[in-house]
Amino acid sequence: MTSYLVRRVAGALVILMIISAITFYLFYAVPRDPARAFCGKICQPETLALIRHNLGMDEPLFVQYWHWLAGIFTGREFVQFGECPAPCLGYSFATQEPVFGAIVDRFPVTLSLTLGASVVILAFGIMTGMIAAWKVGQPLDKIASASSVVGASLQIYFVGPLLAFYLVDTLQLIPRPSYVPITENPLDWFTHLLLPWVVLSIIFTANYTRMTRSQMVEQLAEDYVRTARAKGMSSRSVFFRFAWRGAMIPIVTIFGVDLATLLGGAIITEQTFSLHGIGELAVRAVQNTDLPMLLGVTIVGAAAIVLLNILVDVLYAFIDPRVRLS
Amino acid sequence: MNETLLELKELVKHFPVRGGALIKRQVGAVHAVDGIDLTVGAGETVGLVGESGCGKSTTGRLAARLLEPTTGKVLYQGQDISHNSRRQLKPIRSEIQMIFQDPYSSLNPRHTVGTIIRGPMEVNDINPPGGRKKRVQELLEIVGLNPEHYNRFPHEFSGGQRQRIGIARALALDPKLIIADEPVSALDVSIQAQVVNLLQELQRDLGIAFLFIAHDLAIVRHFSQRVAVMYLGKIVEVGDRESIYERPRHPYTHALLSAVPEPDVSSEPRERIRLAGDVPSPINPPSGCRFRTRCWKAQDKCATEVPPLVRLSGNREGHLTACHFPEAPTTQGEDVVLDPALA
Amino acid sequence: MTTVSWSSEPGTSRGPGPFLSVRDLSVEFSTEDGIVHAVDNLSFDLEKGTTLGIVGESGSGKSVTNLAILGLHDPAHTKIGGEIWLEDQELISADRTTMEKLRGNRVAMIFQDPLTALSPFHTIGRQIGEVYRKHKGASKKEARDRAVEMLRRVGIPQPETRVDHYPHEFSGGMRQRAMIAMALVCDPDLLIADEPTTALDVTVQAQILDLLKELQQQFGTAIILITHDLGVVAGTADNVMVMYAGRAAERGTVREVLREPRHPYTWGLLSSMPRLNSSVDVPLMPVRGTPPSLLNPPSGCPFHPRCDYPKLAGPELCFNQRPSISPETGHGDACYLTLEQKRELRTAKTEDHA
Repeated sequence: MTSYLVRRVAGALVILMIISAITFYLFYAVPRDPARAFCGKICQPETLALIRHNLGMDEPLFVQYWHWLAGIFTGREFVQFGECPAPCLGYSFATQEPVFGAIVDRFPVTLSLTLGASVVILAFGIMTGMIAAWKVGQPLDKIASASSVVGASLQIYFVGPLLAFYLVDTLQLIPRPSYVPITENPLDWFTHLLLPWVVLSIIFTANYTRMTRSQMVEQLAEDYVRTARAKGMSSRSVFFRFAWRGAMIPIVTIFGVDLATLLGGAIITEQTFSLHGIGELAVRAVQNTDLPMLLGVTIVGAAAIVLLNILVDVLYAFIDPRVRLS
Repeated sequence: MNETLLELKELVKHFPVRGGALIKRQVGAVHAVDGIDLTVGAGETVGLVGESGCGKSTTGRLAARLLEPTTGKVLYQGQDISHNSRRQLKPIRSEIQMIFQDPYSSLNPRHTVGTIIRGPMEVNDINPPGGRKKRVQELLEIVGLNPEHYNRFPHEFSGGQRQRIGIARALALDPKLIIADEPVSALDVSIQAQVVNLLQELQRDLGIAFLFIAHDLAIVRHFSQRVAVMYLGKIVEVGDRESIYERPRHPYTHALLSAVPEPDVSSEPRERIRLAGDVPSPINPPSGCRFRTRCWKAQDKCATEVPPLVRLSGNREGHLTACHFPEAPTTQGEDVVLDPALA
Repeated sequence: MTTVSWSSEPGTSRGPGPFLSVRDLSVEFSTEDGIVHAVDNLSFDLEKGTTLGIVGESGSGKSVTNLAILGLHDPAHTKIGGEIWLEDQELISADRTTMEKLRGNRVAMIFQDPLTALSPFHTIGRQIGEVYRKHKGASKKEARDRAVEMLRRVGIPQPETRVDHYPHEFSGGMRQRAMIAMALVCDPDLLIADEPTTALDVTVQAQILDLLKELQQQFGTAIILITHDLGVVAGTADNVMVMYAGRAAERGTVREVLREPRHPYTWGLLSSMPRLNSSVDVPLMPVRGTPPSLLNPPSGCPFHPRCDYPKLAGPELCFNQRPSISPETGHGDACYLTLEQKRELRTAKTEDHA
């Protein structure tokens, strides 16, 4: 188990390096010069060169990347901004704030959104899927299946404003979405994020309903389920204690893959409800050709996904004893 | 036996087992086949028996050169084909054909029977007189299927008929050697006999040599002129049919034969040997004689010295046994119970 | 091999009826392609402490029959007719809770492939123990102790350690032993073994069959042994029933059926199998053709399309009328040929073969 984790984390670091290198390279492939943007409308060549030097952009690409990478572990010194302690992701070209600090500020918003939505997706998706499988072929199964098709075809930017209009403005059932830190007021944190969670999870939930249903139906036809029944286990315990375990294995696997998509969905959701999360940072960084911010957001997002995937694999081993993490 | 068609020399196939912390490296190997010698003469039928994991299927695949040996040699008509490339193997492929166990998964479900049987002719660019279609219809007739079923799909046939399609495909190129890997074990009893009879007719009429791989000792006996018994990657005993079934010398051969359930209620008791436990893992086979962990005659020597496969005194010519303490040439009526769990 | 008469033995102090009695059982499944007539009008009895071998090929209805005894079919798609009596309890009409109390307790089952039939997610000990807890109300500790005891009883070495292992950590033979331990944990009166050795190697098969026999001698369990292999039946069962296309073709003691087989299908099965001492120079004599589709079983005797003598009993009899087993008790078969005809045909056949 330990050696497995060591191997996975080492692999993750390699992946993150490759991702950051690609982002770095792609950024310079775009024909826009951030130094020119700093320089303003009337820009003297000397001023431009100075700005370039101050930003560290007059060095070869490889060296720039090396400085950036080293900064994460050792911190670095900027001519323009001064000392940047480790972990240093540089300063934003656009707002001149430290990238790491900006991300740390916004991270709880996106994390709350993603984790909350994950809980809704898994709890609700698996529950409806189980109900459908329990009542397979009966009206309840058909309703669950039909609504999952409808759910899968909805879009965040369409459902979001629509639900906001009815639930917040017209019926005034829940407060307008915003972010209240959980440490400040857990109840407000919950109620204010409820709508974004629901909206973000709608598409995914439908998928998990369908998957859970088909997996359960498949598992119920397995030999070991028949054995459990031959032992005198009640249908209920066969369903919830035996078949359930088998059905969860592919669900957990798919969920690991879906995490990245979920993070993408979180960015759209943040935009839809004007939540100040990582997504907002990312969109703005792209608009402003803000390399340090873009790199920072990309690397933190990628790290989150890679970490969660390791977590999912460990979970997998707990569900299925045949998978030995060695 | 006349001219030698296929010769396996000190053949070894190890499948690597990988593991390790940061970097995956080979930590061991499955000793699937561990140094076997076997010949198949032209027109001869050789049976290969053993329990699961003994390496009999791997041996078959090595002989057909679907696998490349780790060490050792595969000689076909005296020519070393052990490490030949795909291109070099092409002319030989048409002469060695395989029949597989599962008639359900070895036929492409989207192809008609005609396409399936014609396949080998197309790949090898062979144009029989009268055209390929005519040849396919001939083949269908040979294996006892209706030639008019040319355009049907595999799922329209029963298991036994599907196995016949597989046989027709193997015959398409007039092979000299057919390697049949458990060709009847997936079939119902009454159908098994039909397919065994068909294979025997083909063998007799067309003079094809067979390497017949099976776990069913009675069927192997019925089909094969010579029989090799495998255990954990090694041949423990080989000889003509009569030697192996009437005068076996290796304790494992005895145990296998005595375990076969026969549908007889005759009064004369059969030899009864019950082996303890299961076959050990081929990743870590026992030292010395591999059978010693389940053998009732094992002594210290068996753990240290690998018994050579040799002709023992009392054996007929060609009857080789790999055992330090072989059974007397004939034993009958003994009742040995060796499983501590059952004793 | 002891010969046990088919009908209930006189002189024993048991109740009037046999221990297990299946009467006119029929099982039909509705599928997308139509109705499958899996079992058709099947009757048989089983006495305590004896073994009945049910022999047949795939689709003969041998497994379906036994799933019906345990009520393990899908009720939405299955129609069951007839009666199954376990002593004084009728099982087809029994409600769900009765059946749940019966399964694993009085009637247990073991399956062909112990790898897929055991849950991969639970330890062997837990799978054995939970049957005991469910039916005997034992505590966790008692159930675990019982599991260890059962593993020891079926010959698994180091049961105290093995009890906490998962099925994938066992070898094939050990898994089937564990499966047997699980089936016998509540000392059932009836054990149904569905092809228990088909997935195993021949030397391991011999071990498992010995184990079953031995446990039966110790505990007096009645066993139904389902198999396609007449050889397995020969060494293990007291009585045998040969099934074909959902019907009984022949039944009797093992000695009667193997020595003096009466039904042409039984002849075919026996002559299909090569023996270790049969002549290798004559070809096997298989049953021609293939087993019928149960969606649309043949009229008359279901075996007539594959039978060599369908006209011998009369021009149309075999084609139009279903034969039922006669005589009612003892060695009987479902064929219209007279005993005299059968004897002549069989003598001719064996002479042919020799």
